[in-house]
Amino acid sequence: MAVSHLQCKECKAEYPLEALYVCDKCFGPLEVAYEHDRATLDVAELRRRIQGGPQNIWRYADFLPTTAYGRGAPGGPLGPSGGGGSTRLCLPAGCTPLIRADRLAERLGLREVWVKNDAANPTHSFKDRVVSVAVTRARELGFETIACASTGNLANSVAAHAAALGLDSYVFIPSNLEEQKVLATGVYGTRLVGVNGNYDDVNRLCTELSAERDWAFVNINLRPYYAEGSKTLAFEIAEQLGWELPDRCVVPIASGSLFTKIARGFQEWRELGLLEGELPRMNGAQAEGCSPVASAFSAGHDVCRPVKPNTIAKSLAIGNPADGPYALDLARSTGGSVDAVSDDEIRAGIKLLAETTGVFTETAGGVTTAVLAKLAARGEIDPDERVVLVITGEGLKTLDAVRGTFETSTIEPTVEAFEAGVPAAVAV
Amino acid sequence: MSVVVKIPTQLRAAAGGEAQAQIDGATVQEVLDGLFALHEELRGRIADDDGGLRRFVNVYLAGEDIRFLDGLATPVLDGAELTILPAVAGG
Repeated sequence: MAVSHLQCKECKAEYPLEALYVCDKCFGPLEVAYEHDRATLDVAELRRRIQGGPQNIWRYADFLPTTAYGRGAPGGPLGPSGGGGSTRLCLPAGCTPLIRADRLAERLGLREVWVKNDAANPTHSFKDRVVSVAVTRARELGFETIACASTGNLANSVAAHAAALGLDSYVFIPSNLEEQKVLATGVYGTRLVGVNGNYDDVNRLCTELSAERDWAFVNINLRPYYAEGSKTLAFEIAEQLGWELPDRCVVPIASGSLFTKIARGFQEWRELGLLEGELPRMNGAQAEGCSPVASAFSAGHDVCRPVKPNTIAKSLAIGNPADGPYALDLARSTGGSVDAVSDDEIRAGIKLLAETTGVFTETAGGVTTAVLAKLAARGEIDPDERVVLVITGEGLKTLDAVRGTFETSTIEPTVEAFEAGVPAAVAV
Repeated sequence: MSVVVKIPTQLRAAAGGEAQAQIDGATVQEVLDGLFALHEELRGRIADDDGGLRRFVNVYLAGEDIRFLDGLATPVLDGAELTILPAVAGG
């Protein structure tokens, strides 16, 4: 199997594998197309090859849109750092833990829940997957400067990848972003630009700039390649479940790209015979303060009306989600849903996940966990289902969300003070 | 009212290579109609069969998405800037 061309998701017009992202004819988004040589495909051999690959996303190179270093291409076999050639010698993303979460399942009255902890990536979010792919393609296309419009996690990842590869970078963020995400971007030495406005304003500015600058904006003119990186989450989940599909996935929705690409990953492997069974039910998770997709879902609409975000889940604060229509189609066609939760429910979700699994997630993960809890409370999940909760980012990046949610006992350094001041400890 | 319409790179081939156009009109709809009169090929790229905007087309008046205003019926002021851009997912 090899990457073939870019194709419009709307009118199916074909384009070469260049830095293009919009169809000239109908303005629809472009997506990467592959040639599947099913006639000669040996499923067992392909599985063995994947399992023998590097411990990062490049074990799935056959399903990713880079051309110069496909298997068998010059550069030799993929090395342990994931490099079949120098372009892939960057931060190794992926192969994050899939954790069986029995205590969380028990709390929610479910049987089998798994947590895909994508905070365990180099810059602590799933964005390293998409950036690795986009930056690799950007170098193949000859770009020397990478850039992005970001709600924070992407900023961290682009700045870090640029540092690792010695590329110039420009990172554009809303100026009111969480301090942790700003600090964890600037430290890499990028050109960091805070824009007075929300993410949608930043995105509009960068879309205009991308037409004027010879830069690889990973999530604009490199977006078809970038988005493909999210498929690796599906590949890993299936491989970690022993080449099986889950029954249901709960995934956060900002633009809708991750949500739809996870399903596409499962679908590609089903079509090739690597996986059997139905696509999982896909449940999308949004914050009430920015829920254009959830609102359209509950209203029965097939397009999203943009909103002005106002939520603590800033990494999901995209009021104008470009993949919203596709996310709606996917939720409906798989028997899933798109739900929204309040900021208080988000804080409770962060705490629930932390207390039952030992995983401390950022606000986006609080959204996802809270939506899982909501679905369970509504009785929508069959107790026999195998559910995967996709946790996309790290709690240390959004510390304000947990400030004031627990008490610390402060005592003098004596046993008496401990026993007097920490009553629960006496009981133990 | 005379408005500057900024044309995205993807549509410039259908607009005689122009990056912008000066169009008269009192509303966004009138300005777009004026743009289509000037460059007929743009109509099918931007507008759907019902005369609305295609779902991946975003139009901004002075930086604000017209869906937060009165949509195509939004009045325009003399000298305003109307920007047409593709919808792009982000994160």
